[in-house]
Amino acid sequence: MHLILFIIFAALCLTGAVNLLFQKQPINSALSLIVVMTSLAVLYLLLGAEFLAAAQVIVYAGAIMVLFTFVVMLLNAGREERTLGSRAYRTVGFPAVAAILAVIATSFIKLQGFGSARIDDHITSTADLSAVLFTKLLLPFEVTSVLILVAILGSVALARKGDAEGREPK
Amino acid sequence: MTILQFFLWSVLKVIVVTVVLLLAVAYTVLLERKLVGRIQNRWGPNRVGPFGLLQPLVDGAKSFLKEDIIPTAVYRPLYLLAPIIALSCALISIGVVPFGDPGITGPGNFHFFQIADVNIGLLVILGITSIGVYGIALAGWSSNNKYSLLGSLRSSAQLVSYELALGLSLVGVVLRSGSLNLDTIVATQSTHGALSWNLFGGFQFIAFFIYLMAAFAETNRAPFDLPEAESELTAGYHTEYSSMKFAMFFMAEYANMITVGCVATLLFLGGWTSPFGNLLPTPDNIVIRSLLPMFWFVFKVFGFLCLYVWVRGTLPRFRYDQLMNYGWRWLMPLAILNIVGTSLWLAYR
Repeated sequence: MHLILFIIFAALCLTGAVNLLFQKQPINSALSLIVVMTSLAVLYLLLGAEFLAAAQVIVYAGAIMVLFTFVVMLLNAGREERTLGSRAYRTVGFPAVAAILAVIATSFIKLQGFGSARIDDHITSTADLSAVLFTKLLLPFEVTSVLILVAILGSVALARKGDAEGREPK
Repeated sequence: MTILQFFLWSVLKVIVVTVVLLLAVAYTVLLERKLVGRIQNRWGPNRVGPFGLLQPLVDGAKSFLKEDIIPTAVYRPLYLLAPIIALSCALISIGVVPFGDPGITGPGNFHFFQIADVNIGLLVILGITSIGVYGIALAGWSSNNKYSLLGSLRSSAQLVSYELALGLSLVGVVLRSGSLNLDTIVATQSTHGALSWNLFGGFQFIAFFIYLMAAFAETNRAPFDLPEAESELTAGYHTEYSSMKFAMFFMAEYANMITVGCVATLLFLGGWTSPFGNLLPTPDNIVIRSLLPMFWFVFKVFGFLCLYVWVRGTLPRFRYDQLMNYGWRWLMPLAILNIVGTSLWLAYR
């Protein structure tokens, strides 16, 4: 049962990802990304990470992608223009992609000790997850939060027009 | 219980709950029209059937039979997909809501009063609600109409802003019960009737107030119904929709209202537990014992729906900047303060 679900949603995830690249309408690409995010959430759920799955749907599919579609709708972005691509890209691009894939594949095959994930009925409860997050991993967790805060402040500073009183620049 | 039996029982539950929910949606529309009518000193629908009780069925038939117009300039795939997303998301989230006492089970520990008992039930509801935005957003964009687009832009911005306050307002309740499972959250409020509800005994009335405001905004209801403000945007995101597609948006809105009522009941009003606690004796008869919790649940949700209609009939619409200010500058800080307060109290106790 788990395997069937895994195959279905992994296939959906990959189809969404490929579709994202080949669609010409920006809004269709954004919607494909939502499909990828939600299928990933189901895959997390199959691995027993229920909180992660819910967070994936709420944060990525529900909030971040809404902003994506919001911007696409606001700018009313039209169809992408597509060039045939230069010869240099074709001659360098395909070997480069093949090389990167080869490196990743060999490192995955070589490196067996990076832990394993099994698809079974085991579920990591939210309490267990937060216990680890707020004891063992407290420092990285808090540092990440500060990092996000800095990013927010930076974007506000960049987006802000004018001086401290809100006057327009002359 | 074999897999086949489990499957058949589950399908049966899904069918029964969906039919009841759709009927409830239809009659919530009637309830709203009747109550708003009385608030405005008129009768409301009273011609079809006794007291207008058959009005929802006639409305439904009318929606089915009307001509379905698809304007030529729309972006067809998304135009057709949008009402389906809106309605299905509105209907799915009822699947994790427990309606009755989970202590009464069938063979093989089978839950009668809940379609799926999920560990993270609360998060599932929040997740599905956040996906539901796409129905409205895509409807407005694909209609290729300026009013629709403005409506859906407003709605996306409003939903993203108020979802934050909504989520934060529920954290206090989750802290108190220590679980995201809806059954457990109800069980922690069941000891002394209304006194141990999160709203009263749990001192979560600030959270309840924030939840109420945010929920009104989330379901696009007055006084936060800016995405469909008739005086400014014709009908907002569903301007270009007709016939059954329009009805699907309409049904989604009312189904969302019912879900929000269910969540408020579960989280703040003790779910299916009796408000009198142990003052009333527990009935011996198994039928009464399983129906009584459902009665209390439905009663509380009904009260919540009446509150919804009352607010709609009383308050004028917000202005857009007021809406954003209110959400970000008042509700969100208040929700954070509530979390800090609740945590301190729980740590001190």
